[in-house]
Amino acid sequence: MAAEALGWWGVPLGILAGTLRGSAPFLFVSLGECLTEKSGKINLGLEGTLLMGAMSAYGVSYLTQDIVGPGLSPWLGVVAAGFSGMVLGAIHGWLAQQPRVNDVAVGIAMIIFGSGLAFFLGKPFIQPQAPQLVTLNVGGWSSVPQIESALKLSPLFLIGLAIAPLLQWFFRSTRWGLYVRAVGDSPEAAKAMGISIFQVRMLSIMAGSFLAGIGGACLSLYYPGVWTERISSGQGLMAVALVIFAHWNPVQCLWASLLFGGAQAIGPAFQSVGIDTYYYLFNAAPYILTLLIMIITCSPKRTLIGAPGALGQED
Amino acid sequence: MLVNQPWRRALETICLPIAALLVALVIFGLFCALAGANPFGVYQSIYKAAFGSWSAWQNTLIRAAPLMLTALCTALPARLGLVIIGNEGALVIGGLASVLIGLNLGTALPAPVVQIGMALGGILGGGLWIMAVGALRHYRGVNETISSLLMNYIAIAILNHLVEGPLRDPDFVTKPSSAELAETLWLGNLPATRIHLGLLYGLIACVIAYILIQRTTFGFAARTAGGNIRAARIAGLPVGKLTLAICFLGGSAAGLAGMVEVAAVQKRVNESLVSNYGYAGILVAFVSRHNPLATILVAVLLGGILASGGILHDRIIYPMPPFWFFRALCFSACSLAIPFTAGFRFFSSIGWSTSGQ
Repeated sequence: MAAEALGWWGVPLGILAGTLRGSAPFLFVSLGECLTEKSGKINLGLEGTLLMGAMSAYGVSYLTQDIVGPGLSPWLGVVAAGFSGMVLGAIHGWLAQQPRVNDVAVGIAMIIFGSGLAFFLGKPFIQPQAPQLVTLNVGGWSSVPQIESALKLSPLFLIGLAIAPLLQWFFRSTRWGLYVRAVGDSPEAAKAMGISIFQVRMLSIMAGSFLAGIGGACLSLYYPGVWTERISSGQGLMAVALVIFAHWNPVQCLWASLLFGGAQAIGPAFQSVGIDTYYYLFNAAPYILTLLIMIITCSPKRTLIGAPGALGQED
Repeated sequence: MLVNQPWRRALETICLPIAALLVALVIFGLFCALAGANPFGVYQSIYKAAFGSWSAWQNTLIRAAPLMLTALCTALPARLGLVIIGNEGALVIGGLASVLIGLNLGTALPAPVVQIGMALGGILGGGLWIMAVGALRHYRGVNETISSLLMNYIAIAILNHLVEGPLRDPDFVTKPSSAELAETLWLGNLPATRIHLGLLYGLIACVIAYILIQRTTFGFAARTAGGNIRAARIAGLPVGKLTLAICFLGGSAAGLAGMVEVAAVQKRVNESLVSNYGYAGILVAFVSRHNPLATILVAVLLGGILASGGILHDRIIYPMPPFWFFRALCFSACSLAIPFTAGFRFFSSIGWSTSGQ
């Protein structure tokens, strides 16, 4: 009905709305992965972290609503999501730095472990409705209901917008940012500077997983705002690919996240105006886009601009 | 002291997978104890449901067959140093390809011919699917782990699109599916059992893979390139061709698993084809440390775990976590056990433990 009033304008508007809603998890996970990879380790397990974050955010928000009230409990959920991500990150950081252990293999293990744990612990939370995060109604000026609902922004998304330039400043202008870059680019030089490679990588991975966990909270407490086992559907992994596309630059991660959020909204947007013949193929758009982007960005001949020198090398 | 290399290697091949599974079982036991169940009682029921009787063995072996095949999709490229996890996608595409051939040829040709065609369809479909991953890796430097996982989602989307649209059988209302394969095309059982011929396919494929990797020049070249790709290039090995070939072989095994599932179990293609045999196959490959012979053993053990989950689910005896969780935990504990075993000093002195040789 609403779509009829807008006609074909429903499609771009739907995509815009979906971009604003759906890009937050990409943003958080890609920033987390960016931080992790800058220190020279890959964390493929962020897919599991994302699910674990989504589950713990939803669970904590549901369980604490009677104690602290439905206004505050989602925020407790966000914090819980971050910390549960951090625990997974600590496991990954420790395992991936053992001698002769491949971080990609550990990452796959952590995807399975994180999602398995999330499914097990999250079983009781599939039915009940947990209090959601408040939204900021930026679109209050508009009389068109679609525009108004499209501009209901999540505060988490705005926090993510702020973290991206902050992280870039952190890498460029702080002592700790230099440590992370040194460990990621040239572990020998870092060692000569007297930096503990193990500690820097551990902290980077844990901080990165904290962000990814919050990305999970965006899924379960904002959009789509439920907890199911299929909630992440590969978004964590796409975010990892997105970091390569963004050349390990936090601000570019932001643009890339918006692009991916938009791609994800194509299927539902077309469905909302009544085109669902190619529903499944449209829904595969983000995966195809990721693949295309990687084909265009990557090259076997040169190292990518911005790639940490020691990334993926075994120590 | 002289070290008996082959003896040690054989010991490692058998001990590590078993140790990994034991770790998984212990962790699961802890969870059971937390939930108020007697872990030893649970172990006993799992054993009974997986290996306790001939009927249980048959269930186990039926599930082990596709696992052997999908595991090769990770295990073979691993010898070249590639971490490929597109098993599920290759299985789906293989299953789709074989159903397309089976439905189109139908009964026009003699059944054995069509069955061979279906198997070839599965092999080609899955093989080309993973070969594309290898090509992206070689020609564009695209990370094969990420691209193969993305291809899983794309394959599942193609499957859903086809069974909801062009392939949909309007007479079958339970769930969107293709039409049923003609009964003559179904894969038969081994004599006097309920076990379908897919088990033979799996065993043969694993043995061929072992011989190919360990006993042929091709396998030697692949292992060399996996050990040190620069040295392999300098030695003049065709790294690109090797990558494409070994990815094709790995993918074709998973594609064949798709054909087996379609022709022996599902009889038509629908979303049930995505039954996590692909993801379990990754685990089998890692636990068996990419050794095709150990794959057979681990596939049977994991097949037993899958089977016991299905059976015990129906009659819950203990106050304990649900059995699908047991599967999930067993998988995750297994996969977490792998990095630990990789660090064992005892084994690390021999070649096999280093990233697939």
